[in-house]
Amino acid sequence: MTGLLRGEWTKFRTVRGWVLGMALAVLITVLLGVFTASGSHSSCSGPEGDVCPALPVGPEGLAVNDRFSFAHQPLAGDGSVTARVASLTGIITYPPPDHDKIVPGVVPWAKAGIMIKESVRPGSAYAAMMLTGGHGARMQHNYEHDVAGSREARWLRLTRSGDTITGAESADGTHWTTVSTVRLTGLQKNALMGLFVASPCDLTVTQGDLGGTIGKCRLTQATAVFDHVSLAGNPWTYDDLGGHTGAPALSQGTFRESGGTFTMSGSGDVGPYGIEGGQIVERTLSGAYTGLIVVIVVAVMFITAEYRRGLIRTTLLASPRRGRVLVAKSLVIGVVTFVVGLIAAVIAVPLCSRILRANGNQLLPVSTSTELRVVAGTAALLAVAAVLALAIGALIRRSAVAVITAIAVIVVPHVLTTASVLPAELSQWLLRVTPAAAFAIQQSIPEYSQVEGHYVPQMGYYPLAPWAGFAVLCAYALLALGLAVLLLRRRDA
Amino acid sequence: MKREIHAEWTKLRTLPGTGWVLLAIPVLTVALGVAAGAATTCASARCNHDAVKLALTGVQLSQVVVAVLAVLAITGEHTTGLIRTTFTAMPRRFTVLGAKAAVLAGPTLVAAIAGVLGSVLAGRLILPGRGFTPAHGYPLLSLTDGLVLRAAAGSVLYLTLIAVLCLGVAAIVRDSAAAMGVVLGLFYLFPILIHLVSDPDWQRLLFRISPTNAGLAIQSSMNLDLLPIGPWPGLGVLAAWAAAALLAGGLLVRLRDV
Repeated sequence: MTGLLRGEWTKFRTVRGWVLGMALAVLITVLLGVFTASGSHSSCSGPEGDVCPALPVGPEGLAVNDRFSFAHQPLAGDGSVTARVASLTGIITYPPPDHDKIVPGVVPWAKAGIMIKESVRPGSAYAAMMLTGGHGARMQHNYEHDVAGSREARWLRLTRSGDTITGAESADGTHWTTVSTVRLTGLQKNALMGLFVASPCDLTVTQGDLGGTIGKCRLTQATAVFDHVSLAGNPWTYDDLGGHTGAPALSQGTFRESGGTFTMSGSGDVGPYGIEGGQIVERTLSGAYTGLIVVIVVAVMFITAEYRRGLIRTTLLASPRRGRVLVAKSLVIGVVTFVVGLIAAVIAVPLCSRILRANGNQLLPVSTSTELRVVAGTAALLAVAAVLALAIGALIRRSAVAVITAIAVIVVPHVLTTASVLPAELSQWLLRVTPAAAFAIQQSIPEYSQVEGHYVPQMGYYPLAPWAGFAVLCAYALLALGLAVLLLRRRDA
Repeated sequence: MKREIHAEWTKLRTLPGTGWVLLAIPVLTVALGVAAGAATTCASARCNHDAVKLALTGVQLSQVVVAVLAVLAITGEHTTGLIRTTFTAMPRRFTVLGAKAAVLAGPTLVAAIAGVLGSVLAGRLILPGRGFTPAHGYPLLSLTDGLVLRAAAGSVLYLTLIAVLCLGVAAIVRDSAAAMGVVLGLFYLFPILIHLVSDPDWQRLLFRISPTNAGLAIQSSMNLDLLPIGPWPGLGVLAAWAAAALLAGGLLVRLRDV
């Protein structure tokens, strides 16, 4: 096997066109990344001039929304807060179908409840029990985490013990059920607890004028009435967290107390931040799909050139165990492409990130493991796609048809779905069943079930989880390689 | 020229794959059109879907098959060495390439007409069931409608021009795998760039110079004033690409050894 591998490696590195092709793949990937990064500008007009205000970053390092109405009291050490949400109402501005008026209504993820929060600093740790507009009682903490409670609950309770917080719910105020217990690592002794109301914008998705879909988010406001509040009697501090002066009146919250009943209205959301409005790290690797076309061409030629020149007969004469030849070829092309992809990604990500930031774009922060997955995953995607292309080349034996087949199954579905010429439903189906599903490995910001988002491939959300999508490509590659080995054994060369 | 056309026609006709590739053009055009139609619903009069464009979505896929046909028509000869015989028998190389383009355009045109007519018919049958009804502002697709006729005839011309463009690229690159890579890169590079670049001025510029985006503007039947380029000028951009590729290919074929 070592001899075979060395033989195939020698074949690869001595063909100047192939080596140049791989260099071209790196160059194209990086240059396209630079091109798109240079063409992406973003600016905001605000009190700080043309610089967009920085997004708050949550305790787990991701960009978050932290904008809501919060009436709070200091909490020193352990403690507990109980409240009943007597009512949750709201208004939605300019909803479909006519987008012409302001109507009463509560969006499904409008939230009203109680919260223990480290401080009023945007992005600080918190845990909250809440009633939602359409998803029953929930316990959420630190922006990303969400546990469902029951639909009947009206009473909410949070109990702090050290840095663990227990959320409980009740329908009648006497029988309590624990929803979840969470740990807010490093929670200071002096924290805040109180009542909160948030109401995320109302998403309407419309068909774009020139294809694709456009998501528009319209302002909403929720108003909650709280009674049986355990902290009544102490002085309250009210904050319209994350609000800014000059914003529409409807987006500003209010807080009123009368005879033990608290009426609070608020807008905004406390939760994870989606792709919308920010630049994502995988944008810097957008050139990879063009690099992939070059890689596919080289990988297909790696086998079809042998047929064209009759070299395949010498190869098979030298090593009559034909299956091994193909495995050795796949290993060589796979490893070479992985290295090439890694080089391209390692250059493109920091370079294009810097250009994007210089153009005033805010790059959404992601964890190191996610960034590693995006970088290594892109290289792995190229490598497995090269193996698939090689297998297709071995099956078809004619370079043009093999190249076109490989590109048609890997690249074309991705282009058609993300460049939004296809309807969203068809796009999602294609990105589940074709090898293009593997591009999911580049998705750095996940889809959150607790946030109403415009989750379509065009925005950068893939229907499959990153590794599941990658597995689809691997399955295709294995299948094609197995078939190619079988046929190579049966057919005359 | 007549002699060259006859020779090229014999070569194309007697290749075993030609028939299958030509058959794949209408089949894939209609198949993707049906899939796109079946996956789309129009819930109200405001759904803003372009029904004509939707029915003709399949062209985006069958252009790939057209590319195979065009690329193989020339690189196949380089692979087998037949090109030397061809140029010995017909030394006017520029004319040979012209004859190839003419011979290729004919069958492509026929296959494209079949595919486009099939797509319009499929759209006529499927789309009303998906909410594209007169009540929502969508009359039944019909070739007597000027916009539909323009989109249909334009799509046929589009596929034919794509064939000529691919032939030109193949004449420049000569290797079939590399030519396929270049051609497909050209097809899909611009749409992706337009999607990724956020600057609207850049987007409009890229749209105007892209062979596929500008070329497919001919399929639009609504929001025409929002298109970065008009339907016929858009097809003109593709024609310019095709002419430039064929000219460059012809010059290189004359200058280079085979």
